[in-house]
This record gives sequence, C-alpha cells and structure tokens, in this order.
Amino acid sequence: MKPTRFSALQRALHWLMAAAIIAMLFIGVGMVTTVHPRYLTLVAVHKPLGIAILALALCRIVLRLRRGAPPLPADLPHVQQLGAHASHLALYGMMVAMPLIGWAMLSAGGYPITLGGALRLPPIAPHDDALYAVLRTAHVWLAYAFFVTILAHLAAALMHALIRRDGVFATMAPWARTGRS
Amino acid sequence: MPRPRPAATSSSRASSGPRRAVGAAIIAIACSASAAAFAYTGGWLTPSRLTPERIVDALSMRGGDPVGHRRNHSKGICVLGTFEASGAGTALSTAPMLVRGSYPVIGRFAIATGNPMADDASGRVRSLAIRIVAPDGQEWRSGMNNSPVFVVATPQAFYEQTVAAEIDPATGRPNPQALEHFAATHRETAPFAQWAKTAPWTTSYADQQYNSLNAFRFIDAQGASHAVRWSLVPTTAPDIVPVAALAARGPDFLERDLKARLAKGPLTWHLVATLAAPGDPTADATKAWPPDRPTVTLGTLHVTAAQDEANGACRDINYDPTVLPTGIKPSDDPLLAARSATYADSFDRRTAELAQGNSASEHAR
Repeated sequence: MKPTRFSALQRALHWLMAAAIIAMLFIGVGMVTTVHPRYLTLVAVHKPLGIAILALALCRIVLRLRRGAPPLPADLPHVQQLGAHASHLALYGMMVAMPLIGWAMLSAGGYPITLGGALRLPPIAPHDDALYAVLRTAHVWLAYAFFVTILAHLAAALMHALIRRDGVFATMAPWARTGRS
Repeated sequence: MPRPRPAATSSSRASSGPRRAVGAAIIAIACSASAAAFAYTGGWLTPSRLTPERIVDALSMRGGDPVGHRRNHSKGICVLGTFEASGAGTALSTAPMLVRGSYPVIGRFAIATGNPMADDASGRVRSLAIRIVAPDGQEWRSGMNNSPVFVVATPQAFYEQTVAAEIDPATGRPNPQALEHFAATHRETAPFAQWAKTAPWTTSYADQQYNSLNAFRFIDAQGASHAVRWSLVPTTAPDIVPVAALAARGPDFLERDLKARLAKGPLTWHLVATLAAPGDPTADATKAWPPDRPTVTLGTLHVTAAQDEANGACRDINYDPTVLPTGIKPSDDPLLAARSATYADSFDRRTAELAQGNSASEHAR
C-alpha cells in the first residue's frame, strides 16, 4: 500500500534541508556582495554547510527511492502533476549539483577546500583557470535558478494548503497529523 | 516509478470565493517577500553598499588595459623558491610550515598599479606575494608590500582613494584636486605619505623589505593567541638611486634586474614575526607598532627562479591573505575581509576574461 504521508525521517530531512538550503542561498548572495568583516564568517559557514547539504541530499535521494512518495491527487490537472514531478527532480538535482560545482570550482581555482580547523577536502577538479571560470558562472546562475524553483515550490505548497486544500501539504507538514487528512 | 491513482473522489476540499482570494494573496506576499529579502541580501536594493564589485570596478579604471589581469598589483613576475623554517615559530603557532623544515613556495613580485604595462619606475609600492605549502596540503598565502604601513585603515577609505586615483580621460592622469581632497580628508594616510615621499628608491625587488601590514593572530599549541605582523627582511644590500634615474633603466627594469640576479644565485629574505604588546593596534594598518617590539625569525625565504607571469606558476593563484593554515588566524583588521572579498572578485573576472580571450583566439585561428 502506498503511504499517505512522507515518513517522519523524510519530513525531518525535508525541513532541515529547507532551512539549510535557504540559509545557504542567502549566505551565498550576501557574502559575494559585502566587504564587511562578516564576509570571512559567511565564507567559513558556506563551505561546510554546502558539504553537509550534499551529504543530506544523498541520504534523502536514497530514502526517496526506497520509501517513495505519497501519490498526488488524481484530480490535479495533468500539467500541474508534470510541474510537480519536474520541479522535484530539479530540486533534487540542484541539491546535489550546487555543492559539487562549488567544490569543483574551488578545486579549479586552486583554493584549499577548508571546512574549519584542519579539516579539508581533496580537490575534485584540476587547477585550471578556464574550468574555474565556467564553474564559477554555473554556481551563480544555478543558485538563482535554485532560488526561483524554491519560490515556485513554496507557491505550489501554499496553493495546495490554502486554495486546493487537497491534503498534499499535509504529506510533508512538519507537525503531527490532525484529524483531517 | 508508477503511481497508483487514488480514488476519483480525492480528498480535495478546494476553497472558493473569498477564501481563495485570501489564499492567493498569502501566496503572493510570501513569494514576493522572500524575493525581496533575497534581493536585499544580494545588494540589489542598496546600490550605496560597498561591494567587492564596486572596489574592483574602481581599481580597473587606473589606466592601461587590465582585462585578463589582476586589478591591482597588475604588473608582476612569478618566482619559485622554498621557505626554510627555523622552528622558532612553533612556540607561537601550530602552523605546519613553521616546523623546522623546507617547504615549496610559489611567489609573485609586483608593483602596485592598475596598469599591467606600467613603467616599473611608476611603482612606488612594490609587493611580494607568497604561497607556502605544508606537506599535509595546508597553505599560507600572504601578500606583502614594501611600505611600512598601509595607506588607509578601512575598505571605505580604500574605495574613496581608488576613486580619487581614477584616470581622468581628458588629461590621461588622475585629477590632482581629487587626490588632494582625499589626502586632506583622510589624515590617517599621513604615515604612508611620509614614507612614499622620503623612502629611498632602489633598482631592485631583491633589496626591499615586504611587510604584512595587516595584523594576524598566531595560535600556539596551548591555544593562546599572539597578535603579530610579519615581514620579509632582505639580505641583499639596497641599490639606492635617484628616482629620476629609474626611468632611464627602461619600463621593465625590475624584472630584468630580478632575472639577472637570479641567474647568479638565489635571493633570500628572513621571515620575521613582530609580536604586539597589549594595546598595540591590530585593527588599523596605517599605524606602525613601536620599533622595540620583540621579533622572532620564523625562517628564510630562498627565491631561486623567475617566470614570466603569462605562463608562470603564480598566474592562477589568488594570493588571498585569509588563506591560512591552522595556527594562523586573521585579526580584527577590517581590511582583511575586504582584501579577501575583493581579490576573489578580481580573480573571478580575470579568469573569466582569460577563458573568453582563449576561446576567442581559438576561433580566430
């Protein structure tokens, strides 16, 4: 039988990662546009948080493949069903791609990939200017695309919760189930 | 994966009329507020914010064609060498390259100019940037100047000074009134100006002392923090000449001198850390510390070879002074974060420009 909600672990991961990813996007866009001393702190958070998101995203994809997802309502228009699946795929893709691009970008830029203290990651790309330039641009534009997709995801979630009231929001709601499904 | 459809009568209890309008309004507000917060954080709503981009824009307007080059200290030459640590620094810091031993260095000498084709005689400030790599892969990057202090204390003042030094297209020179106005309204520049006016000019990179200017913190094995500045102190006797005589030596005399000296043998500097006394300013790079402060000789830098920058090992290195090993941390000097952010922007631009230039020249072939 198909579940009617995401499992507690899936929901916990979703909301934890929501906070982490939104923080990450704000830190990213904020740190590259400031010369304030907080710049160093923001960069120092950005790198380990990105790697944490990568690790969590991989866990989440495994869980999603093993436990699946509750079905969307049958009366949801086909286009919206398609939009839901495509945007979820895009979100999973960007959760994995963004940290990997960031990691590769620092590698190509010849920067040590420090995560705090003596903790460092090995480079995953050759030290190469041209490659750095491509990855740096990709990191920025994918971040904007990620933020826009998250806004669309938020709008859709609220549409299900407030307008359609079809129980889709409850499948991922962080709180315990109430009487209504 | 296949999705079984639930019964046709879904759980949908769609709202209608006013509730629907309220829902739509909440969605619109939530999305636009999020977008506005993102835009604010990214500086789009505050054009007056001092950003790395604005500083690098200003640095790019000081003559010549800096495209594809560092936007400051734009004219330079790569060098290779080793850092021979004495081991004396281990009492102050756990940095792995302070442990007695020999560590590879990629460095870069430069003059502080925005023009990669500038005459060497125009470079009042000469610099040496180094990257020391420890066996475990940790790096210590440092960009040092031959002035004993920096010209300004804050990123904002640096930006204003850079704007004042922009080339006036009508005259091909900076507007002297803008520079005078800047100096008159920034008295903190006086110690630097005094040095610039009185320090002897020499014919070589080799005879200069290069200073970290900003303070840093050495963290020792017990976790105690020591405020330090460091200098590379030359072992080469200065070759002092009148500044007027430099122009006659040609636009690239510093590079030619360096190569000629290295053809005869390595050049060496002692890396000396100066320890602050309580109360010495760590957040103001315009203020020298009193000369009686204790020093520790951390080791010796041996520069053994030079490479033209176009294909040299230093070209692709961003000498960000906040790339530090364990055991060394930035101080509270506000210039350090600004240097890191600004160097990153400059690095992003020149790598993109070089990549574009390379693909353009491949197309041309």
